[in-house]
Amino acid sequence: MGEAISQSEAMPGALRHRLSRALENPTLLGFLFVAPAELILLIFLAYPFVLGLWLGFTDTVVGREGSFVGLENYKELLEDSAFWLTVFNTFLYTVVAVILKAVLGIGLAVVLNRDFKAKGLVRAIVLLPWIVPTALSAICFWWLYDSTFSGISWVLMRLGLIDGMINFLGDPWNARFSLIAANVWRGIPFFTIGLLAGLQTISPELYEAADLDGASFWSKFRKITLPLITPLLAVVTAFSTIWTFADFQLIWIITKGGPAGATHVFGTLSFQRAMSGGHFGEGAAISNFMLPILVVCVLISFKYLRRED
Amino acid sequence: MVGERAISKALKFYVPLGLYLLFLLFPFYWMVNTVFKSDKEMYNLELNPFYIHSPTLENIVHLFTRTIFLKWMANTFFVAILSTLMALGASLLAAYAIQRLRFRTSQPTGVAIFLSYLIPQTILFIPLAHVIFQLKLWDSLWALVLTYPTFLVPFCTWLLMGYFKSIPKEMEECAMIDGASRVRIFRSIILPLCLPGILSAGIFCFTLSWNEYIYALAFISDTSSKTVPIGLVTELVRGDVYHWGPLMAGALCASVPVALVYSFFVEHYVAGMTGALKE
Repeated sequence: MGEAISQSEAMPGALRHRLSRALENPTLLGFLFVAPAELILLIFLAYPFVLGLWLGFTDTVVGREGSFVGLENYKELLEDSAFWLTVFNTFLYTVVAVILKAVLGIGLAVVLNRDFKAKGLVRAIVLLPWIVPTALSAICFWWLYDSTFSGISWVLMRLGLIDGMINFLGDPWNARFSLIAANVWRGIPFFTIGLLAGLQTISPELYEAADLDGASFWSKFRKITLPLITPLLAVVTAFSTIWTFADFQLIWIITKGGPAGATHVFGTLSFQRAMSGGHFGEGAAISNFMLPILVVCVLISFKYLRRED
Repeated sequence: MVGERAISKALKFYVPLGLYLLFLLFPFYWMVNTVFKSDKEMYNLELNPFYIHSPTLENIVHLFTRTIFLKWMANTFFVAILSTLMALGASLLAAYAIQRLRFRTSQPTGVAIFLSYLIPQTILFIPLAHVIFQLKLWDSLWALVLTYPTFLVPFCTWLLMGYFKSIPKEMEECAMIDGASRVRIFRSIILPLCLPGILSAGIFCFTLSWNEYIYALAFISDTSSKTVPIGLVTELVRGDVYHWGPLMAGALCASVPVALVYSFFVEHYVAGMTGALKE
């Protein structure tokens, strides 16, 4: 900033005057201020986004420009059983994980929504799974799900609940639910902290009035808490749905989509086909299948998030 | 009566809270517990895995001497700091312009920036890899520095717009009557008042860049240019050989910078998170 001033001081008076007059024009200044952000987003977001749509219609492989093949990629995918397994996995993963995160997240928010000692500390601990880089906590879960040395199996065996070690990642359904558990672990804090802010704005008088009427804990929750946090809950859920649906790193690190494709989701399958296999066109087509769901989530979050002016 | 109330409080509060904390902290305990164990102890099924019988630093030594962990850390810092600065600069200007200058297209611009926040990296990495390839940035950390702002700018702009909105317009109008220019108002009035917001946004950017995985995995294959999460998983797992001890040590050490930033600014972090959702 200092440099800019000394430069403008060095300019001839007339030019300087015209420049500073121009900067008072909100449209011009607005355009200048928005330009850096728009440039970044245009080159590295909007252009790739459109390019991705186009790549889905081509047979591009890594390092070579492809040619237009129409709906070929999409047709092949629809006949590919690995793709349909991926569709199933993605929906299972998203629906089960988001519901569990919402229920457990609201639960923890309700528990935390009161005054107690060490509230700040507890809140900081609750956010930890969200803060720690997902790739690193994924490594930790990977080891926790080891087929021979898992601490979970050890505890369950000691309690006499199971006879042998659990094959967490080698069995399709075990692997799916192991990944969902890891995702839920990571996502609870977002729901809890996001909703806690909403809970704190609810007037205590509402609960006091309900207490006078002898309302139970559940009916207070259903009739007061839930309706009042619904808009916020809708936004938090929409965000979480997008992130879960488009998840990649947790699954890529822990199972790489295995065993035998049983845990592939759109993100991991497209990465495998495009980056490991070199088929950019096919990978892009897989990614593009995510778009309809995304549009729905975007519309929901947009409806509730739009700023009123 | 008193006893009954205490029991009810315990059931409604301490028991669920305890169970939640156990669930949320258990993986961390497992990680720390593994870091200080020798391979021999780790793979001995006779021993209680939750207890460290003979603590050792050999995993940490392995991490620092037999991998280029420090180089990966330096790479991650480089990318995180540069992309944070870029994103903060661009977002501050954009957020102010959209919220306060009210130029003709400010409304649609704000909407477009918000929408771009909702496009996940999973959709963009393939075409972006294509772009990075064309720009000859393959295997370069600059590929990450330039692409990370795409998910930082939308979030930051959205967050900062909320802060700008909270500053009374009268302050600007008074300064304008006193003859201050728009640029000067932005610099001497708006920026200082928004410092908490800038701090929140900066912390978010730093942690988001530090955590990024898919772009770093897709655009970088050269070992010495990797970021921490990629380096750990690709270099400490060789085929069927898993170096669990050093892996856990790496995960622990790489979490430290984020945890430090977070512990100092937890209030800003929470404020940023809830602010962005509510606005």
